Amino acid sequence: MDFSFSEEQQLLRDSLARFVAREYPFEKRRAIVRSAEGFSREIWAQLAEMGLLGLTLPAAHGGFGGTAVDTLVAMQALGGGLVVEPYLASAVLGAGTVARAGTPAQRERLLPAAARGELLLTLAHGEAGARYDLAQVAARARRAGTGFVLDGRKAVVPWGAQADVLVVSARTAGAEREAAGISLFLVERAAKGVSVRGYRTIDGQRAAEVALDGVTVDAGALLGPLDEALPIIERVVDVGAAALCAEAVGVMETLNAQTLDYLKTRQQFGQPIGRFQALQHRAVDMFIHLEQSRSLALLAAVRADAEDAVERARTVSAAKAHLGRSGRLVAQAAIQLHGGMGVTDEMPASHYAKRLTMIDFQLGDADHHAARFAALG
Amino acid sequence: MDLEYTAGERAFRDEVRAFVRARLPGDIARKVLEHRRLEKDDYVRWQDILAERGWLAGHWPREFGGCGWTAVESHIFDEETAAAGAPRLIPFGLNMVAPVIMAFGSAWQKSHYLPRIRANKDWWCQGYSEPGAGSDLASLRTRAVREGDHYVVNGQKTWTTLAQHADMIFCLVRTDTTVKKQEGISFLLVDMHAPGVAVRPIVTLDGEREVNEVFFENVRVPAQNLVGEEGKGWTYAKYLLGHERTGIAGVGASKRELATLKAIARSERRNGRPLAEDPLFAARMAQVEIELIALEATVMRVLASRGSAPGPEASILKIKGTEIQQALTELMMDAVGPYAAPFRPEAMALDAEDAPVGPEYAAPLAARYFNYRKVTIYGGSNEIQRNIIAQMVLGL
Repeated sequence: MDFSFSEEQQLLRDSLARFVAREYPFEKRRAIVRSAEGFSREIWAQLAEMGLLGLTLPAAHGGFGGTAVDTLVAMQALGGGLVVEPYLASAVLGAGTVARAGTPAQRERLLPAAARGELLLTLAHGEAGARYDLAQVAARARRAGTGFVLDGRKAVVPWGAQADVLVVSARTAGAEREAAGISLFLVERAAKGVSVRGYRTIDGQRAAEVALDGVTVDAGALLGPLDEALPIIERVVDVGAAALCAEAVGVMETLNAQTLDYLKTRQQFGQPIGRFQALQHRAVDMFIHLEQSRSLALLAAVRADAEDAVERARTVSAAKAHLGRSGRLVAQAAIQLHGGMGVTDEMPASHYAKRLTMIDFQLGDADHHAARFAALG
Repeated sequence: MDLEYTAGERAFRDEVRAFVRARLPGDIARKVLEHRRLEKDDYVRWQDILAERGWLAGHWPREFGGCGWTAVESHIFDEETAAAGAPRLIPFGLNMVAPVIMAFGSAWQKSHYLPRIRANKDWWCQGYSEPGAGSDLASLRTRAVREGDHYVVNGQKTWTTLAQHADMIFCLVRTDTTVKKQEGISFLLVDMHAPGVAVRPIVTLDGEREVNEVFFENVRVPAQNLVGEEGKGWTYAKYLLGHERTGIAGVGASKRELATLKAIARSERRNGRPLAEDPLFAARMAQVEIELIALEATVMRVLASRGSAPGPEASILKIKGTEIQQALTELMMDAVGPYAAPFRPEAMALDAEDAPVGPEYAAPLAARYFNYRKVTIYGGSNEIQRNIIAQMVLGL
């Protein structure tokens, strides 16, 4: 049993940490979040340059063939700097789905460009009312000639207004909550009939409501097997959930460090407030949450690539359920221990707390994953 | 990153499992699995069996007669023995005084006591807490005064677990009252059968006798029983605490108890269906199981990074391990509903003569829940563990 990272992984971790420290100071992040597009093309290009965007894509299509543990290393470092750039949406979920389900031609068309940072993808799967149930898909795709016509609504699609290509799930058969009958399609955001309403999320990222009204795609747009896309979606979402767990660990690391720093410097009653036991014990609980979360994020990353679907689902759901809950608690404690400063926009800690909280709302919250874990015995 | 067991480790697991299946007495296993009362003879019998196989001190270094098991092998051993219903190994000799003797003891102490512990010859207990020295352990007052080649010990220890069975006690005693309180403490090994030692039971809230008061009245202890240097007892005690905190995580036993909880929850019913399928109860069980999965990985991480004597981070293991143990006893008690209430100490014995009240498994559960309130108090209360982390890890 070996919990250490490989030399390459340590190198990736260190170079990303240096990059974040050098290129992503908090004031710059503020400007990026306020910008029209919501992320920095310059930073994106630099991440591509570092090989991050192709980290887990197949070597035959411009990637490095990495594992979910490599993704963990990347996400943890990005979380540590509260990087908003759409790494999860594009590289892990969007390109990840193409890598897993695409034909060689589809992969070749999209993945090298994605790895170079020239093409942004996202997964447009969630729908209003579905919450986190992956099988609940009401959007429809009906055959038209050799191609398909898509109609439906996709909800809170990460970076949906910025992505060039949307990986859209739609029903080609079956009823709304049936496991069978779901298919995936590659849809250009600029295609006729696609309308996108983009917005900011409370943690400084972007998402969009996507409407598909009679969107015509050709047969080459079908990604993966007809009617049988759910197992692919489940797998990609598990990998994504594991990645979010790693991001949460990175966010917690920085947030805990900021909070400790505040406890050691803020003076009240003639001494640093960190001398008070009530605050010490809360800080210790933050530390314990971090270490337990770190353990689960590692397990989730290792099992996210597992072929055994039950083992994969159980471990990822255990981790995501725990991270959702502990992330919430750590964020609350960090704000509380910062006192009044914790509720200001000025303090980076409040932004870390917001991201940590919102991670719970992506790809399944704590209750969803606890129920899924329990159902698997 | 490779979290799989090696082929060697898997083979070791099979070997332990086969041994336990063949040699663990069925009556002892039933007592453990059914939460019945364990007698001295149950512990001694099982530890004799392990001693005969050379596994009682398997985790000890080879130079002291152990097998030199790795941390992972020790974990596998704990997990397999616990799963089968083996009693916990009485830790006071094996895991507490032995590491101190190995690190700080004299050549005579090593050659005399370690083989006896390994062979299950002596039952040890721990003489730390006193009526006026609990969390503030360094304020202990039991005196040891040097007279020629003996120490004369006077004072009182308390909360001494299973002292009624013990042959030996390792004590923190005050040998110097003129220096800073931590610096006047020494580590002394005392024969429980010596004249002047008296043991008085403390009945705990579950009606059981597990802990005791131990009184010392002019007890003469040979000076060769002083471990290390006079006045260094506090340093040795802190060293020992690190060892105690890892064992205290109790992952193997908690996994077994989780399996028992699930079995009970499948058997009990709520709203006409198994309690295990009740969404609220299932969510509570899931939460504990997830914490346990995390704890097991955390234990492995700590052991992998620090070897057998982990640092202050080990306090996490004590805190989480005991919280999980308590949560499991609480869920089990909740699972049986109204049948948690009947209190029948006679049902704590195996094959009680009268018919059970309610489900057979229900009888010990509430008593056990109350008994387990101790785990967040002993071995350095969880609040003290938080102080340790705050100071030693977080630098507050």
